[in-house]
Amino acid sequence: MKPSSAILALTPILLLVTALPTAEAHRAWMLPSSTVLSGEDPWITVDAARSNDLFYFDHNASRLDNLTITTPDGSTVPAQNPRTGKFRSSFDVKLAMNGTYRISIADESMFARYTENGESKRWRGNAARLQAEVPADAQNLQVTQSHNRVEVFVTAGAPTETVFKPEGQGLELVPITHPNDLFAGETARMRFVLDGAPAAGLTVTIIREGIRYRDALQEITTTTGENGEFEVTWPYPGMYWLNVSVGGRGMPGGAGPSQASTNDPQERPARRASYSVTLEVLPQ
Amino acid sequence: MNKLIPLALCSAATAAPAGVAQLEVTVQIPRLHVAEYHQPYLAVWLESPDRSRLQNLAVWYDVNLKNNEGTEWLKDLRQWWRRLGRELQMPADGVSGATRAPGEHTLTFTAGHPALLDLPPGEYRLIVEAAREVGGRELLEVTFQWPADQVRQLRAQGSRELGAINVRINP
Repeated sequence: MKPSSAILALTPILLLVTALPTAEAHRAWMLPSSTVLSGEDPWITVDAARSNDLFYFDHNASRLDNLTITTPDGSTVPAQNPRTGKFRSSFDVKLAMNGTYRISIADESMFARYTENGESKRWRGNAARLQAEVPADAQNLQVTQSHNRVEVFVTAGAPTETVFKPEGQGLELVPITHPNDLFAGETARMRFVLDGAPAAGLTVTIIREGIRYRDALQEITTTTGENGEFEVTWPYPGMYWLNVSVGGRGMPGGAGPSQASTNDPQERPARRASYSVTLEVLPQ
Repeated sequence: MNKLIPLALCSAATAAPAGVAQLEVTVQIPRLHVAEYHQPYLAVWLESPDRSRLQNLAVWYDVNLKNNEGTEWLKDLRQWWRRLGRELQMPADGVSGATRAPGEHTLTFTAGHPALLDLPPGEYRLIVEAAREVGGRELLEVTFQWPADQVRQLRAQGSRELGAINVRINP
Protein backbone atom coordinates (compact mmCIF):
# COMPACT_ATOMS: atom_id res chain seq x y z
CA MET A 1 0.00 0.00 0.00
CA LYS A 2 1.25 3.44 -0.79
CA PRO A 3 2.19 5.59 2.21
CA SER A 4 -0.48 8.16 1.41
CA SER A 5 -3.29 5.61 1.35
CA ALA A 6 -1.88 4.09 4.54
CA ILE A 7 -2.25 7.49 6.15
CA LEU A 8 -5.86 7.66 5.06
CA ALA A 9 -6.67 4.13 6.11
CA LEU A 10 -5.22 4.68 9.55
CA THR A 11 -6.95 7.97 10.11
CA PRO A 12 -8.92 7.50 13.32
CA ILE A 13 -12.18 9.11 14.30
CA LEU A 14 -11.90 12.82 14.79
CA LEU A 15 -10.97 13.73 18.32
CA LEU A 16 -10.52 17.41 17.95
CA VAL A 17 -11.50 19.89 15.32
CA THR A 18 -8.16 21.22 14.30
CA ALA A 19 -7.59 24.72 13.14
CA LEU A 20 -6.19 23.98 9.71
CA PRO A 21 -4.40 26.43 7.50
CA THR A 22 -7.08 28.18 5.52
CA ALA A 23 -7.75 27.02 1.99
CA GLU A 24 -5.58 28.69 -0.62
CA ALA A 25 -6.77 32.24 -0.79
CA HIS A 26 -5.85 32.65 -4.42
CA ARG A 27 -6.65 30.59 -7.45
CA ALA A 28 -3.80 28.64 -8.95
CA TRP A 29 -3.85 28.05 -12.69
CA MET A 30 -1.98 27.51 -15.89
CA LEU A 31 -3.11 29.02 -19.15
CA PRO A 32 -1.96 27.43 -22.42
CA SER A 33 -1.78 29.44 -25.65
CA SER A 34 -3.65 26.63 -27.44
CA THR A 35 -5.14 23.30 -26.44
CA VAL A 36 -5.97 21.83 -29.85
CA LEU A 37 -3.20 21.87 -32.43
CA SER A 38 -2.56 20.72 -35.96
CA GLY A 39 0.53 20.65 -38.12
CA GLU A 40 3.99 19.29 -37.56
CA ASP A 41 5.78 19.87 -34.24
CA PRO A 42 3.50 22.66 -33.00
CA TRP A 43 4.58 24.72 -29.99
CA ILE A 44 2.59 26.19 -27.17
CA THR A 45 3.46 28.64 -24.44
CA VAL A 46 1.97 28.33 -20.98
CA ASP A 47 1.59 30.89 -18.19
CA ALA A 48 1.43 29.74 -14.58
CA ALA A 49 0.16 32.05 -11.87
CA ARG A 50 -1.93 32.47 -8.76
CA SER A 51 -4.49 35.22 -8.83
CA ASN A 52 -7.89 36.33 -7.67
CA ASP A 53 -9.40 36.94 -11.08
CA LEU A 54 -9.34 34.45 -13.94
CA PHE A 55 -7.16 34.63 -15.92
CA TYR A 56 -5.34 37.80 -14.94
CA PHE A 57 -1.91 38.24 -13.45
CA ASP A 58 -2.83 40.04 -10.25
CA HIS A 59 -1.08 38.22 -7.41
CA ASN A 60 2.02 36.13 -7.92
CA ALA A 61 3.84 33.68 -10.15
CA SER A 62 3.57 29.93 -9.66
CA ARG A 63 6.85 28.19 -9.05
CA LEU A 64 7.90 25.73 -11.71
CA ASP A 65 9.95 23.42 -9.45
CA ASN A 66 7.40 20.65 -9.58
CA LEU A 67 6.39 21.04 -13.20
CA THR A 68 6.04 17.79 -15.15
CA ILE A 69 5.23 17.58 -18.86
CA THR A 70 4.01 14.10 -19.73
CA THR A 71 3.97 13.19 -23.42
CA PRO A 72 1.44 10.94 -25.17
CA ASP A 73 3.71 7.91 -24.73
CA GLY A 74 4.07 8.48 -20.99
CA SER A 75 7.61 9.86 -21.08
CA THR A 76 8.40 13.32 -19.74
CA VAL A 77 10.07 16.26 -21.46
CA PRO A 78 11.57 19.41 -19.93
CA ALA A 79 9.90 22.80 -20.32
CA GLN A 80 11.58 25.12 -22.83
CA ASN A 81 12.47 28.73 -22.05
CA PRO A 82 11.14 28.77 -18.48
CA ARG A 83 11.11 32.08 -16.67
CA THR A 84 9.52 33.38 -13.52
CA GLY A 85 8.58 37.01 -13.13
CA LYS A 86 6.68 38.79 -10.42
CA PHE A 87 3.20 37.92 -11.57
CA ARG A 88 3.64 34.85 -13.69
CA SER A 89 5.90 32.05 -14.74
CA SER A 90 6.01 31.08 -18.41
CA PHE A 91 7.42 28.18 -20.36
CA ASP A 92 7.15 26.71 -23.83
CA VAL A 93 6.42 23.15 -24.87
CA LYS A 94 7.20 21.60 -28.22
CA LEU A 95 4.61 18.98 -29.05
CA ALA A 96 6.92 16.71 -30.98
CA MET A 97 4.54 13.77 -30.70
CA ASN A 98 0.96 13.45 -31.88
CA GLY A 99 -1.51 12.92 -29.07
CA THR A 100 -2.44 14.34 -25.69
CA TYR A 101 0.05 15.91 -23.27
CA ARG A 102 -0.54 16.53 -19.60
CA ILE A 103 1.21 19.47 -17.97
CA SER A 104 1.15 19.35 -14.17
CA ILE A 105 2.45 21.32 -11.26
CA ALA A 106 2.02 18.91 -8.36
CA ASP A 107 3.16 20.21 -4.98
CA GLU A 108 3.25 18.21 -1.80
CA SER A 109 3.81 20.19 1.36
CA MET A 110 3.60 19.86 5.13
CA PHE A 111 2.31 22.58 7.41
CA ALA A 112 2.95 22.58 11.12
CA ARG A 113 1.60 24.73 13.89
CA TYR A 114 2.94 24.38 17.41
CA THR A 115 3.92 26.12 20.61
CA GLU A 116 7.50 26.50 21.71
CA ASN A 117 8.38 28.25 24.98
CA GLY A 118 4.89 29.67 25.10
CA GLU A 119 5.19 31.17 21.64
CA SER A 120 3.04 29.92 18.75
CA LYS A 121 4.90 29.00 15.61
CA ARG A 122 4.09 28.09 12.04
CA TRP A 123 6.23 26.08 9.71
CA ARG A 124 5.84 25.11 6.06
CA GLY A 125 8.03 22.68 4.18
CA ASN A 126 8.15 19.17 2.88
CA ALA A 127 7.88 15.87 4.69
CA ALA A 128 11.63 15.31 4.51
CA ARG A 129 12.37 18.53 6.40
CA LEU A 130 9.65 18.21 9.02
CA GLN A 131 11.67 16.14 11.45
CA ALA A 132 14.78 18.29 11.14
CA GLU A 133 13.06 21.65 11.41
CA VAL A 134 10.19 21.17 13.83
CA PRO A 135 11.48 20.42 17.34
CA ALA A 136 10.64 17.00 18.71
CA ASP A 137 9.39 18.53 21.95
CA ALA A 138 7.06 21.03 20.25
CA GLN A 139 3.81 21.41 22.16
CA ASN A 140 0.31 21.39 20.67
CA LEU A 141 1.79 20.23 17.40
CA GLN A 142 -0.65 20.05 14.52
CA VAL A 143 0.65 18.82 11.19
CA THR A 144 -1.20 19.06 7.90
CA GLN A 145 -0.11 17.47 4.68
CA SER A 146 -1.33 18.97 1.39
CA HIS A 147 -1.28 17.81 -2.18
CA ASN A 148 -2.01 20.60 -4.63
CA ARG A 149 -2.13 19.88 -8.31
CA VAL A 150 -2.62 22.31 -11.19
CA GLU A 151 -2.96 20.93 -14.71
CA VAL A 152 -3.70 21.51 -18.35
CA PHE A 153 -4.15 19.09 -21.20
CA VAL A 154 -3.17 19.86 -24.79
CA THR A 155 -3.46 17.75 -27.91
CA ALA A 156 -1.55 17.72 -31.19
CA GLY A 157 -3.40 15.82 -33.89
CA ALA A 158 -5.74 13.07 -32.71
CA PRO A 159 -6.43 12.88 -28.95
CA THR A 160 -5.01 10.02 -26.88
CA GLU A 161 -5.67 8.89 -23.30
CA THR A 162 -2.38 7.56 -21.96
CA VAL A 163 -1.85 10.58 -19.71
CA PHE A 164 -5.18 10.07 -17.94
CA LYS A 165 -3.71 7.33 -15.76
CA PRO A 166 -3.67 8.78 -12.24
CA GLU A 167 -0.48 8.81 -10.23
CA GLY A 168 -2.32 7.91 -7.04
CA GLN A 169 -1.42 10.87 -4.85
CA GLY A 170 -3.83 13.57 -3.84
CA LEU A 171 -6.72 14.65 -6.05
CA GLU A 172 -6.57 13.89 -9.75
CA LEU A 173 -8.93 14.26 -12.67
CA VAL A 174 -9.64 11.24 -14.85
CA PRO A 175 -11.45 12.57 -17.90
CA ILE A 176 -14.16 10.48 -19.53
CA THR A 177 -15.03 13.11 -22.12
CA HIS A 178 -11.70 14.10 -23.61
CA PRO A 179 -10.58 17.48 -22.17
CA ASN A 180 -9.48 18.67 -25.61
CA ASP A 181 -12.82 17.86 -27.20
CA LEU A 182 -15.12 20.21 -25.31
CA PHE A 183 -17.74 22.27 -27.12
CA ALA A 184 -20.29 24.82 -25.95
CA GLY A 185 -23.72 23.31 -25.40
CA GLU A 186 -22.33 19.81 -24.94
CA THR A 187 -22.08 17.85 -21.72
CA ALA A 188 -18.75 16.55 -20.48
CA ARG A 189 -18.32 13.75 -17.97
CA MET A 190 -15.23 13.38 -15.82
CA ARG A 191 -14.17 11.61 -12.63
CA PHE A 192 -12.17 12.66 -9.61
CA VAL A 193 -9.96 10.28 -7.70
CA LEU A 194 -8.30 10.83 -4.34
CA ASP A 195 -5.12 8.80 -3.89
CA GLY A 196 -6.27 6.83 -6.92
CA ALA A 197 -9.71 5.89 -5.52
CA PRO A 198 -13.03 7.41 -6.71
CA ALA A 199 -13.72 10.60 -4.76
CA ALA A 200 -17.45 10.91 -4.00
CA GLY A 201 -19.27 13.92 -2.66
CA LEU A 202 -16.76 16.55 -3.76
CA THR A 203 -17.93 20.01 -4.72
CA VAL A 204 -16.66 20.90 -8.18
CA THR A 205 -16.46 24.62 -8.94
CA ILE A 206 -16.22 25.81 -12.53
CA ILE A 207 -15.59 29.43 -13.48
CA ARG A 208 -15.31 30.90 -16.94
CA GLU A 209 -12.53 33.30 -17.89
CA GLY A 210 -13.08 37.04 -18.08
CA ILE A 211 -14.17 37.68 -14.48
CA ARG A 212 -12.86 41.24 -14.70
CA TYR A 213 -15.48 42.21 -17.25
CA ARG A 214 -18.61 40.98 -15.51
CA ASP A 215 -20.18 41.64 -12.12
CA ALA A 216 -21.42 38.15 -11.33
CA LEU A 217 -18.98 35.29 -11.00
CA GLN A 218 -21.42 32.94 -12.78
CA GLU A 219 -19.77 29.93 -11.26
CA ILE A 220 -21.12 26.47 -11.90
CA THR A 221 -21.06 24.05 -9.00
CA THR A 222 -21.76 20.36 -9.05
CA THR A 223 -21.02 17.36 -6.86
CA THR A 224 -19.24 14.13 -7.66
CA GLY A 225 -21.33 10.96 -7.37
CA GLU A 226 -20.53 7.62 -5.79
CA ASN A 227 -17.99 6.75 -8.46
CA GLY A 228 -16.36 10.19 -8.31
CA GLU A 229 -18.04 11.24 -11.56
CA PHE A 230 -19.64 14.53 -12.39
CA GLU A 231 -21.12 16.18 -15.48
CA VAL A 232 -21.06 19.71 -16.73
CA THR A 233 -22.80 21.31 -19.69
CA TRP A 234 -20.71 24.17 -21.02
CA PRO A 235 -22.86 27.27 -21.44
CA TYR A 236 -20.40 29.29 -23.53
CA PRO A 237 -17.13 28.79 -25.34
CA GLY A 238 -14.03 29.96 -23.52
CA MET A 239 -11.38 28.98 -21.03
CA TYR A 240 -12.75 27.55 -17.79
CA TRP A 241 -11.07 27.01 -14.43
CA LEU A 242 -12.28 23.89 -12.69
CA ASN A 243 -11.38 23.37 -9.06
CA VAL A 244 -11.92 20.87 -6.30
CA SER A 245 -10.47 20.96 -2.83
CA VAL A 246 -10.92 18.76 0.19
CA GLY A 247 -9.62 18.85 3.70
CA GLY A 248 -10.72 18.56 7.28
CA ARG A 249 -14.22 17.20 7.60
CA GLY A 250 -14.67 17.18 3.84
CA MET A 251 -11.87 14.67 3.33
CA PRO A 252 -13.51 11.57 1.90
CA GLY A 253 -12.48 8.28 3.36
CA GLY A 254 -12.25 9.53 6.90
CA ALA A 255 -14.38 11.21 9.51
CA GLY A 256 -12.16 14.25 9.55
CA PRO A 257 -8.66 15.36 10.30
CA SER A 258 -6.56 13.71 12.85
CA GLN A 259 -3.42 15.36 14.00
CA ALA A 260 0.08 14.18 14.35
CA SER A 261 1.35 14.69 17.85
CA THR A 262 4.98 14.27 16.96
CA ASN A 263 7.21 15.57 14.22
CA ASP A 264 7.37 12.11 12.68
CA PRO A 265 6.11 12.59 9.09
CA GLN A 266 4.82 9.01 9.05
CA GLU A 267 2.39 9.81 11.80
CA ARG A 268 -1.00 10.56 10.30
CA PRO A 269 -1.13 14.28 9.66
CA ALA A 270 -4.39 15.94 8.80
CA ARG A 271 -4.72 16.19 5.04
CA ARG A 272 -5.71 18.66 2.41
CA ALA A 273 -5.79 18.24 -1.31
CA SER A 274 -6.74 20.50 -4.17
CA TYR A 275 -6.89 20.19 -7.92
CA SER A 276 -7.33 22.80 -10.64
CA VAL A 277 -7.45 22.39 -14.37
CA THR A 278 -7.91 24.93 -17.14
CA LEU A 279 -10.21 23.61 -19.86
CA GLU A 280 -10.88 25.18 -23.23
CA VAL A 281 -14.42 24.96 -24.55
CA LEU A 282 -14.73 25.67 -28.27
CA PRO A 283 -17.68 27.21 -30.07
CA GLN A 284 -19.83 24.89 -32.18
CA MET B 1 5.90 18.18 -52.12
CA ASN B 2 3.34 16.00 -53.71
CA LYS B 3 0.96 18.19 -55.60
CA LEU B 4 -2.39 16.60 -55.53
CA ILE B 5 -5.38 17.59 -57.54
CA PRO B 6 -8.65 16.58 -55.97
CA LEU B 7 -10.39 13.95 -58.02
CA ALA B 8 -13.44 16.11 -57.80
CA LEU B 9 -11.79 18.74 -59.94
CA CYS B 10 -11.01 16.29 -62.68
CA SER B 11 -14.65 15.48 -63.05
CA ALA B 12 -15.94 18.99 -62.36
CA ALA B 13 -18.73 20.18 -64.59
CA THR B 14 -18.96 16.93 -66.49
CA ALA B 15 -22.53 15.91 -67.01
CA ALA B 16 -23.27 12.47 -65.69
CA PRO B 17 -24.68 9.99 -68.12
CA ALA B 18 -28.38 9.51 -67.64
CA GLY B 19 -29.23 7.14 -64.84
CA VAL B 20 -25.97 7.61 -62.98
CA ALA B 21 -26.44 9.06 -59.52
CA GLN B 22 -24.49 12.23 -58.92
CA LEU B 23 -23.79 14.71 -56.16
CA GLU B 24 -22.84 18.20 -57.25
CA VAL B 25 -21.81 20.87 -54.75
CA THR B 26 -21.29 24.50 -55.68
CA VAL B 27 -19.51 26.59 -53.07
CA GLN B 28 -19.51 30.35 -53.32
CA ILE B 29 -16.56 32.10 -51.71
CA PRO B 30 -17.48 35.76 -51.26
CA ARG B 31 -15.19 38.60 -52.21
CA LEU B 32 -14.43 40.46 -48.99
CA HIS B 33 -13.12 43.97 -48.76
CA VAL B 34 -10.84 43.70 -45.77
CA ALA B 35 -7.42 45.12 -45.00
CA GLU B 36 -5.72 41.74 -45.00
CA TYR B 37 -7.30 39.03 -47.11
CA HIS B 38 -6.31 35.38 -47.21
CA GLN B 39 -8.24 32.78 -49.13
CA PRO B 40 -10.21 30.64 -46.70
CA TYR B 41 -9.38 27.15 -45.58
CA LEU B 42 -12.44 25.13 -46.49
CA ALA B 43 -13.69 21.63 -45.84
CA VAL B 44 -16.65 19.80 -47.37
CA TRP B 45 -17.79 16.52 -45.88
CA LEU B 46 -20.73 14.19 -45.45
CA GLU B 47 -22.00 12.80 -42.19
CA SER B 48 -24.82 10.50 -41.19
CA PRO B 49 -27.19 11.85 -38.50
CA ASP B 50 -25.43 9.94 -35.71
CA ARG B 51 -22.01 10.62 -37.27
CA SER B 52 -21.28 6.92 -37.49
CA ARG B 53 -20.49 7.53 -41.14
CA LEU B 54 -18.18 10.43 -42.05
CA GLN B 55 -16.81 11.10 -45.49
CA ASN B 56 -14.39 13.77 -46.63
CA LEU B 57 -15.24 15.40 -49.95
CA ALA B 58 -12.70 18.23 -50.13
CA VAL B 59 -10.24 20.15 -47.97
CA TRP B 60 -8.67 23.30 -49.32
CA TYR B 61 -5.70 24.63 -47.42
CA ASP B 62 -2.35 26.27 -47.99
CA VAL B 63 -0.65 23.28 -49.60
CA ASN B 64 2.21 25.27 -51.08
CA LEU B 65 4.00 26.33 -47.91
CA LYS B 66 7.31 24.62 -47.30
CA ASN B 67 7.49 21.75 -44.80
CA ASN B 68 3.74 21.25 -44.90
CA GLU B 69 3.42 24.35 -42.70
CA GLY B 70 -0.05 25.11 -43.99
CA THR B 71 -1.35 22.27 -41.84
CA GLU B 72 -0.83 24.43 -38.75
CA TRP B 73 -4.19 26.15 -39.27
CA LEU B 74 -6.26 23.11 -40.24
CA LYS B 75 -7.52 22.98 -36.65
CA ASP B 76 -9.32 26.28 -37.31
CA LEU B 77 -11.81 24.28 -39.37
CA ARG B 78 -12.75 23.13 -35.93
CA GLN B 79 -15.78 20.95 -36.57
CA TRP B 80 -14.07 19.28 -39.49
CA TRP B 81 -10.91 18.92 -37.40
CA ARG B 82 -12.87 17.25 -34.66
CA ARG B 83 -14.86 14.93 -36.93
CA LEU B 84 -12.32 14.02 -39.56
CA GLY B 85 -9.24 16.21 -39.79
CA ARG B 86 -7.31 15.15 -36.74
CA GLU B 87 -7.34 11.53 -37.90
CA LEU B 88 -6.30 12.36 -41.44
CA GLN B 89 -2.76 12.45 -42.79
CA MET B 90 -2.29 15.59 -44.93
CA PRO B 91 -2.06 16.06 -47.80
CA ALA B 92 -4.82 13.52 -48.33
CA ASP B 93 -5.02 11.81 -51.68
CA GLY B 94 -8.10 12.79 -53.64
CA VAL B 95 -9.34 15.11 -50.90
CA SER B 96 -6.94 17.97 -50.24
CA GLY B 97 -6.08 20.80 -52.57
CA ALA B 98 -5.04 24.43 -52.65
CA THR B 99 -7.23 27.25 -51.34
CA ARG B 100 -9.54 28.87 -53.89
CA ALA B 101 -10.13 32.45 -54.87
CA PRO B 102 -13.46 34.22 -54.38
CA GLY B 103 -16.05 32.95 -56.83
CA GLU B 104 -18.04 29.77 -57.46
CA HIS B 105 -16.43 26.39 -57.30
CA THR B 106 -18.20 23.21 -58.28
CA LEU B 107 -17.37 19.75 -57.05
CA THR B 108 -18.97 16.80 -58.78
CA PHE B 109 -19.06 13.29 -57.41
CA THR B 110 -20.50 10.59 -59.62
CA ALA B 111 -21.61 7.23 -58.31
CA GLY B 112 -18.50 5.10 -58.22
CA HIS B 113 -16.35 7.97 -56.99
CA PRO B 114 -14.35 6.76 -53.96
CA ALA B 115 -16.18 9.24 -51.71
CA LEU B 116 -19.56 7.77 -52.60
CA LEU B 117 -18.52 4.15 -52.87
CA ASP B 118 -20.06 2.03 -50.14
CA LEU B 119 -22.16 4.97 -48.94
CA PRO B 120 -25.18 3.18 -47.44
CA PRO B 121 -28.55 4.62 -48.50
CA GLY B 122 -29.97 7.01 -45.96
CA GLU B 123 -30.02 10.55 -44.66
CA TYR B 124 -26.86 12.62 -44.78
CA ARG B 125 -25.75 16.12 -43.94
CA LEU B 126 -23.41 17.83 -46.33
CA ILE B 127 -21.34 20.32 -44.38
CA VAL B 128 -19.20 23.17 -45.66
CA GLU B 129 -16.91 24.87 -43.15
CA ALA B 130 -14.69 27.84 -43.98
CA ALA B 131 -12.10 29.57 -41.80
CA ARG B 132 -10.01 32.51 -42.89
CA GLU B 133 -6.67 33.61 -41.47
CA VAL B 134 -7.17 36.87 -39.51
CA GLY B 135 -10.83 36.54 -40.45
CA GLY B 136 -13.87 34.59 -39.32
CA ARG B 137 -15.35 31.15 -39.65
CA GLU B 138 -18.66 29.89 -40.96
CA LEU B 139 -20.33 26.51 -41.22
CA LEU B 140 -23.30 25.63 -43.41
CA GLU B 141 -25.13 22.37 -43.86
CA VAL B 142 -27.84 20.84 -45.98
CA THR B 143 -29.63 17.55 -45.35
CA PHE B 144 -30.47 15.11 -48.13
CA GLN B 145 -31.34 11.50 -48.86
CA TRP B 146 -28.88 9.37 -50.72
CA PRO B 147 -29.60 8.12 -53.28
CA ALA B 148 -32.27 10.59 -54.42
CA ASP B 149 -35.59 9.42 -55.88
CA GLN B 150 -35.65 12.40 -58.21
CA VAL B 151 -33.46 15.42 -58.92
CA ARG B 152 -33.08 17.37 -55.69
CA GLN B 153 -31.75 20.91 -55.37
CA LEU B 154 -30.80 22.19 -51.97
CA ARG B 155 -29.41 25.49 -50.87
CA ALA B 156 -27.90 27.13 -47.82
CA GLN B 157 -26.99 30.78 -47.65
CA GLY B 158 -23.90 31.99 -45.83
CA SER B 159 -23.60 35.45 -44.40
CA ARG B 160 -19.93 36.18 -43.82
CA GLU B 161 -17.27 33.73 -44.86
CA LEU B 162 -19.43 31.77 -47.28
CA GLY B 163 -21.87 32.76 -49.97
CA ALA B 164 -24.51 30.34 -51.25
CA ILE B 165 -23.99 26.59 -51.12
CA ASN B 166 -25.96 24.78 -53.82
CA VAL B 167 -26.29 21.04 -53.80
CA ARG B 168 -27.79 19.10 -56.68
CA ILE B 169 -28.44 15.41 -56.39
CA ASN B 170 -29.29 13.36 -59.45
CA PRO B 171 -31.03 10.07 -58.89
